[in-house]
Amino acid sequence: MIKVTQLRKNYGPVEAVRSIDFEISDGEIVGFLGANGAGKTTTLKMITGYLAPTSGTVEVNGLNISDSQLEIQKQIGYLPETNPLYGEMSVHEYLEFIAKIRGISGKDFTAALRRVVSKCGLKGVVHKSVSACSKGYRQRIGLAAAMIHDPDILILDEPVTGLDPNQIVEIRELIKDLGREKLVLMSSHILQEIQATVDRILIIDKGEIIADGTSEELMTNFMGKVKLTLEVKNASEETIAAVSGKIPEITLLSSEQESDITMIHFEYGRELDPREALFHYAVESGWIILNMTPHTANLEDVFRTMTSSGETNG
Amino acid sequence: MGNIKAIYFKELRAFFNSPMAYIFLVIFALVNGYFFTNTFFLIGQSDLRTLFSTVPLVYLFFIPAVAMGLIARERNIGTIEIMSTLPLKTTEFVIGKFLAALTLILAALAVTSVHFITLLQVGDNVDTGAVISGYIGLALVGALYTSVGTFASSLTENQVVAFIIGVFIVLVFWLMDKMLIFIPSGISGLVQYFAVEYHLSNISRGVIDTRNLVYFFSIVGFFLFLTVHTLDTRKWKAG
Repeated sequence: MIKVTQLRKNYGPVEAVRSIDFEISDGEIVGFLGANGAGKTTTLKMITGYLAPTSGTVEVNGLNISDSQLEIQKQIGYLPETNPLYGEMSVHEYLEFIAKIRGISGKDFTAALRRVVSKCGLKGVVHKSVSACSKGYRQRIGLAAAMIHDPDILILDEPVTGLDPNQIVEIRELIKDLGREKLVLMSSHILQEIQATVDRILIIDKGEIIADGTSEELMTNFMGKVKLTLEVKNASEETIAAVSGKIPEITLLSSEQESDITMIHFEYGRELDPREALFHYAVESGWIILNMTPHTANLEDVFRTMTSSGETNG
Repeated sequence: MGNIKAIYFKELRAFFNSPMAYIFLVIFALVNGYFFTNTFFLIGQSDLRTLFSTVPLVYLFFIPAVAMGLIARERNIGTIEIMSTLPLKTTEFVIGKFLAALTLILAALAVTSVHFITLLQVGDNVDTGAVISGYIGLALVGALYTSVGTFASSLTENQVVAFIIGVFIVLVFWLMDKMLIFIPSGISGLVQYFAVEYHLSNISRGVIDTRNLVYFFSIVGFFLFLTVHTLDTRKWKAG
């Protein structure tokens, strides 16, 4: 369980994290989504004890980070955003070193090593030097080091950046697999990534949580409207202006004329479908429909609208 | 204790897995060997006094160079974040690092014992007791400078800057004794007490006084404390 209350962090005059509250229970996979610089990494660093909050509290499994930091760190596995590693060590040496500090040695280490090597797919590289490993392998080494003590809580800061599509799928499967028994909190600025992996999404912007829920919840709450673009010929301005009067559920947003073709943009509620009515109206008014495209909102739009202007239309 | 050991061996391995340690050892042996054999062959003088006076000078640059990467490098490549988020006390981290660097220094010092062996072969009337206390003195000075170097390394992520800061502080300790004539007599006793050479010369003479031991141990403790403090306050500032 992770519970964060009114967490705040200032870097000098800059407020990196303003006031963050959330609670994550065991067995949840939670995605922490935000643009670069939104405060994701800072928040994760405060949960792991790398940074101290300016104010507010972090509680992990009932322990407070300000007075039980080492206890908390024992229960967390952390993969930092930059995934720093000691290049001069071999993969085996590195994992052995991390395990030793985690209090795992001898037979326990052999078992732990076997577990993370098979889970993270490190089989071929165990005795290679870390610096000789590719980016994808380095990411897995970082992940293996974070999991070596079989922690209850895994905190992964941008675990799939820089990986190729196949590796992304592998790591995603691994995270999903881990999330069955553990609490996983992962951050990303790539939405598809989060959407494909997690149960619950926290969107952070300018140091504040602006949305919290499953991806479906976020879509219905924050993207109530569907946008529709109509490409027509022979449309007079009067008939365009009269649409809203004829079909009340539709809102006319804008229209632009290019030679004899007009692009008309509408908006309507997600639960309505006025396309048929619109077709009949077009026939009545003598429009020739060239194209009709509804833009179904996806989480990308939710994310964009929420983090770009700071305003939401839900 | 286990954590200190883990850090210590990791650090030693880092030294000896890279050419660093060997380069340092060879340079240290060469420079000191040169000064020793110079008087040995030219003047026909067979004592270790020259060795005992050149080693502290070589130390001034050698030790900050050995220690400069201890923490600065971890900060530079970012592994300090791994270290700080493991269940590891900052004190354990710093002590492990300090001991590893000190081990390299002592190894370098041990290499110079070939001169002592040479002396035993060719010289007569060798004062073994003085040599042993001389080595103890050099080891203590080595520990003091290593603690300074460790501290300097914790201040920055740039190893060159750490080296320069380290040399500067070490020089202050070294020169204090030489500056005594410029210092008002009221505080000259105090300044002298802080000077490394004052204590080193006492020990080299064969007098190992608790006063001198207290000096070395407390300065080492002080700089290691400062290092821990520097690392611990980092987390309150920007990442």
